This record gives sequence, structure tokens and C-alpha cells, in this order.
Amino acid sequence: MSDLFIPNPKEAESIHILREVAAQFERPVLLFSGGKDSITLVRLAQKAFYPARIPFPLLHIDTGHNFPETIQFRDDLVKELGLELIVRNVQDSIDQGKVREEKGRYASRNTLQTTTLLDAIEEFKFDACIGGARRDEEKARAKERVFSVRDDFGQWDEKNQRPELFDMLNGRIEQGQNVRVFPISNWTELDVWEYIKTENIKIPSIYFAHKREVFFRDGLIWTANEHVYREPHEEVVEKMVRFRTVGDMTCTAAVLSEAETLQTVVEEIRQSTLSERGARIDDKRSEAAMEKRKKVGYF
Amino acid sequence: MENRKLIKIATAGSVDDGKSTLIGRLLYDTGSLTTDKLEAIEKTSRQRGFDYLDFSLATDGLVAEREQGITIDVAHIYFNTDKTNFIVADTPGHVEYTRNMVTGASTSQVAIILIDARKGVIEQTYRHFFISNLLRLSHVVVAINKMDLVGYDEDVFLKIKADFDALVEKSNFNNEQITFIPISALKGENIAKKSTQMPWYLGNTLLDHLEVLEPEDLQEQAFARLPVQYVIRPKTDAFHDFRGFSGKLYGGSFRVGDQVTILPSFTQSKIKSIQFFDQELEVAVPGASITITLEDEVDISRGDMIVKSSELPNSEKSITATICQVNHKPLRIGEKYTLQHGVNRVLARVESIQSKIQPDFSGEETTDSLKLNDIGKVSFKLSKAIHFDPYQVNRSNGSFILIDEGTYDTVSVGFIV
Ligand SMILES: Nc1nc2c(ncn2[C@@H]2O[C@H](COP(=O)(O)OP(=O)(O)OP(=O)(O)O)[C@@H](O)[C@H]2O)c(=O)[nH]1
Ligand SMILES: [Mg+2]
Repeated sequence: MSDLFIPNPKEAESIHILREVAAQFERPVLLFSGGKDSITLVRLAQKAFYPARIPFPLLHIDTGHNFPETIQFRDDLVKELGLELIVRNVQDSIDQGKVREEKGRYASRNTLQTTTLLDAIEEFKFDACIGGARRDEEKARAKERVFSVRDDFGQWDEKNQRPELFDMLNGRIEQGQNVRVFPISNWTELDVWEYIKTENIKIPSIYFAHKREVFFRDGLIWTANEHVYREPHEEVVEKMVRFRTVGDMTCTAAVLSEAETLQTVVEEIRQSTLSERGARIDDKRSEAAMEKRKKVGYF
Repeated sequence: MENRKLIKIATAGSVDDGKSTLIGRLLYDTGSLTTDKLEAIEKTSRQRGFDYLDFSLATDGLVAEREQGITIDVAHIYFNTDKTNFIVADTPGHVEYTRNMVTGASTSQVAIILIDARKGVIEQTYRHFFISNLLRLSHVVVAINKMDLVGYDEDVFLKIKADFDALVEKSNFNNEQITFIPISALKGENIAKKSTQMPWYLGNTLLDHLEVLEPEDLQEQAFARLPVQYVIRPKTDAFHDFRGFSGKLYGGSFRVGDQVTILPSFTQSKIKSIQFFDQELEVAVPGASITITLEDEVDISRGDMIVKSSELPNSEKSITATICQVNHKPLRIGEKYTLQHGVNRVLARVESIQSKIQPDFSGEETTDSLKLNDIGKVSFKLSKAIHFDPYQVNRSNGSFILIDEGTYDTVSVGFIV
């Protein structure tokens, strides 16, 4: 038996939300990207349902351009915790002619994921998709509800959202609708990192400083490999870098870093004057980029 | 995560009183605005021809908001100092005001009410304070903003304070729960650094004041309530007979061995264990999301409530509540709704609307419907009894929402009297 246990209010809230999802929906799924936020969600779900197993599967929308370290990590985690993993590939959506591969300097599969995701929701009749988005990430996200209702087309009607009062979550929906659920809405990037550190949660190696072949463009550091378009004059150099978010290689920029341990990573985040989204190439495209993507059904 | 103190704040003020600017300023002064966000603000401010930084751009996140320069939907903003984590709800000051402020305040302990120093206490101020009072926030900070536009004049400040004090008389608030601070959000006076323009003000800056607040959690003087969210049955070899009842504990503590009553069945048992993940706890305090097991085989499902046998709540099929309408569809006599009380749902029929309350302490009138943003006293008949405490005693066990049977939207919030 331990000393008096003082709950962490944000953790307690997230667990409360996850239990509401399991109770209010028939087919929930956890959208798993292999990034730190979705890894944190998995830990919270473990805590919410212990000693039972997590009562919903994980869904990974694989762009085919993920960092191999993330995929390896995903498979190890699923095995270790005995979870059910569903993978759907953007490549299949391309092959079926549903979406067209982008071309040119900023080609990315990031926006194409939306189609693959909506198809998977339809295929498995998921009624609640749990995501790791946080309100501090981006201005449009700051307006997001914890239970965010999407229509049959996966669209977000930002001006017509249900008010959320006290702890009460209203997950009632009509046939064909589904709900996006954001249990760590109220966490900041620093909260997530401090949690990973206190809980000693394993994360993919690319979050720590490592040597990598990169090139510089628009003030950002891009991974140099076959999936990322590069002009002949864009010179490849080797640098010590790490990633602050992991997504598709084509939209995730690295930062210069020497931080090789959780301790030093947390220190670095605390002192950082650049936001996490500042290293997201997709958001740099326009100030309203995220709001636009969300409206059509992005994560 | 480091266990910092968490303070949740709702802002209130009329259109253009400077709420978004204030929040942007707090972010800036606490070093929470990252370089890239700051650059974006500088760029847009320049494009618009301002000779200052428009910090409201930090929070007005929707395209329509930036175009119109107003806040449309509640935004949640996060920042922290070494000692404290803050969550601030930035609520829009224009239409649908009541709904948005009630929503923002429902998850907050503190309200910052902004007043434009040039305008003083206006009708909206009455509403903001009325809602803070109705929701029983533990502290109110009256921030008298735009002091730069009135020459930082102490008399202006004192006049507004006197007008506001007259309001406090009509409420349940004590004077100690209310603090007045003269500020300029735009210029950063008395936000994080003490203003040299207002040497006559001897109190704390806004940030210092927020940091030292100890929101006495009203819950902590109430009784322990565990609404069962989910029943955990692992059905594995290791935990073959395990039946755990999960939920968030409100109002008081549970201890292993406590004699408990399960509602609605009124069966009794004893707490056998309290668990948080793989830890066994002797005591659970309010706010913890726990799982408990009981000594006896009791039939318990989602929506039931576990309480100490010596601290039973009210169990009633007829209730009266103060209702705030948060949807365009009006609430009418005879209408049926799903009533969600915590995690429990029952059917509810509106029996009578006793009165519509003027949200400015000026009195009540009769009505047969409550429209969006209206507040009124309503009586309901329920399909099954709910197990509640008055909102005065326990915020979470004394509130509920109404869900429309056709659209499934959340249409009202209720505070049980
Ligand atoms: N001179 C002066 N102007 C201010 C001050 N605070 C805010 N303003 C200006 O007042 C205007 C409105 O400010 P906002 O912060 O957008 O107001 P708001 O209360 O968030 O408005 P809504 O969200 O639409 O209700 C802007 O032009 C601000 O620059 C202040 O302390 N002094
Ligand atoms: Mg505003």
C-alpha cells in the first residue's frame, strides 16, 4: 500500500474520457500514428481499463513514407501489450484511383491520408475515432471539442459544435455520423513530454538526437531520402538531429539537437522558442491550413 | 508530468473589452508564445497597419474570427509558470454570450471579468457576474482594462470598483473572493509587470494574483460520490473473478473498508480495494479516476452511483433546477428530453417553467418557454429517480445536461436547487 496518492488532474480527465468512449460507443478505434501523442494515449488507455485489456483496436493509416523506426516501434508495442492493430495504406487508395499522388517540391501524402481514413471508418463502421490532437498545437485545434461530431462525410462544422459542460460528454449520434475524440485536448506539448518521462514510456528512437542525412529548405531541415523530393542544388549533409513530431517523412522537419535522453529532450522543449507545429511543413503552407484540412475530415 | 497546481480560468467581457488581447498578452509575458507564432502575429499586425502587436491574433483561430476581428467560439489556451499550469477559456463577447460563458465557466474555478475603463460597469457586466455567481466560481478578478485610454486615472478605477461593489451586495460572494486590478492589456500594464503608470495601485499584478490563488475546491467540503462509468471484467486467468467499478471520484474521499451504498438498488457492501492502474491505494481523494472492488457480489452497471452509507444523496423523480438554454431550439412545457446527470441518463419531461430569471439580479418574470441564452427555473418529472446533491453543495453531482431526442444536441444545462 502506498502513501496518499495525489491524482494528476490532466491524467484523471483523460482516463475519464477514455472510459466514456468505451461505454458510449459500439465500435471505437484509436488512431495510432506511432508518434508520442498516440503512444501517450495507449498508456492512458492501459490505465483506464487495467487489469482488462484495452477494449478497442488501433488503426494506423500508413502513408508508406513513414520512418522505418516508427513502424518497428508500432509492431513491438502491439505485440508487447497484446493489442489488435489494423493498418490501411494510402498506397491502396492511390492504386484504386481514389486519390492522386502529389507532385513537385512540396509533394506529400499527408493530405491523402484523409481519404484512406474515411474509407477505413466506413469499412469497419467505427463510430468513435480516438486521436491524440491537443488544443495547444494550433489555433484551429483550440476550438475543438473533446467529443467532436462529424457528419457522414467526415466533415467538421466548426460553427455548430455541441457545448461541453462540466465533465459531461454527450456522444449520441445519428446513423452514419461518427465522433472524433480527443482525450488529451487539455495537455500541452510539455505536459506530454513530462508524462513520458515520469512514466518512463518507450518512444521511437527518432525522437532522440541521432546522425541523419538531411538538407535545408525554407529554413527547415528535411530528411534526405527517396520519398522526399529534392532539387539537385539542395545539398545533402549529415547532422545531429531529432524530431519533435513524427508523421509522414514528407511533412515532418527535424530540429538540430544533441538531446539523447528523455531528461535532455524535456529540458530542450522547456527552453524551446519554436512551436511543435513550426516544424510541420504542411502547416507552413498557410495560416488557415489546419482549419481547412479539419473541415474535410483530417485527423 | 510534474504535478503543478492547475488553475482553470474563464474570461468574460463585452465585445472588444480586450479579452483576446489580454490572453495573448499573458502568453507573451510568460514566454509562452513561440517565435513562429510571434512572427505570424507581427506579420499580420504589420499587414493591417497597426503600430502595435495585436495579441488577439494569438487566440482567434478561425478564419472568420481573424477576418472580423472578433471571437466566435470558446477557445482554450494553455500556459504555465514554474509553479502553476493555467487553462484559460477565451469566450466570445457578442451574441450567444450567456451560453458561451456558462460553458467556459463550467470547467473553471476563476473568472476574469473585463471592464472597459471608458465604459465602466454596463449591463453585460451584470450578466458576467450573475453567471459567475450562478456557477459558484470560487474567485472573480475584475480587470479594469484600457486604463491607457483614461490617462491611468485612479478616480475612474475607484468609481468602477464602487459600482461593482454594489453588485456584489446582491450576490452570494464574499468580498475576499473578488479582486480589482487596473490594467492595460495592450500595453502590458499590471499584467506580468507592475505598472509604473499607476503608482497609486498597490496590489498584485494580474499574473501574480492568479499564481497565489488557492481556489478552494467547493467539492472538497462535499460528500464522496462515485458515478460508475464502466465495469471492468478482464476474464483472464490471472483476474478471473475480478469485477471492478470505474469512475471519477467527486466531493470526498474513499477508504478501503468504507461501508458503501449502491444506488439505485440501495444495496450495501464494503470497499475491498481501490486501484489506480497497477497500484493499490488505501485512500482515494476527489478528482481521481479510480477502480474499486467490493466485498460482496453486487449487481452494478454504468450509471449507478456508489456513496458512503452514512452520506446518502437525495433520490427524487421530480426535480427543480435553474436551466440555461444553450441551443437555438427553445425549451417548452411538456417537451421530453434525455437528461444526463454525470454519466447516468434518464428521460425527463418539463412539468412547468416557474420563471425566467433576468441575468442581472433584477428579478424574475413568467414565461412558457426558454430561448437560447435564457435562464429560468424549471420543474421536471423523471422516468427514474436520480441521486443528486444540490448544486450549492456539489457542483458535479448537482448539474446535468438535457439532450434533444431528435437531434441529439446538448440543448440545456441545469443546476439542481
Ligand atoms: N488602448 C487599448 N486598447 C486595447 C486594450 N486591450 C484591447 N484593446 C483593443 O481593443 C480591441 C478589441 O480587443 P479584443 O481583444 O479583440 O477584444 P475581445 O474582448 O476579445 O472581443 P470579442 O472576443 O469579440 O468579444 C482591439 O483593437 C484591441 O487592440 C488596452 O488595454 N488598451
Ligand atoms: Mg476575443
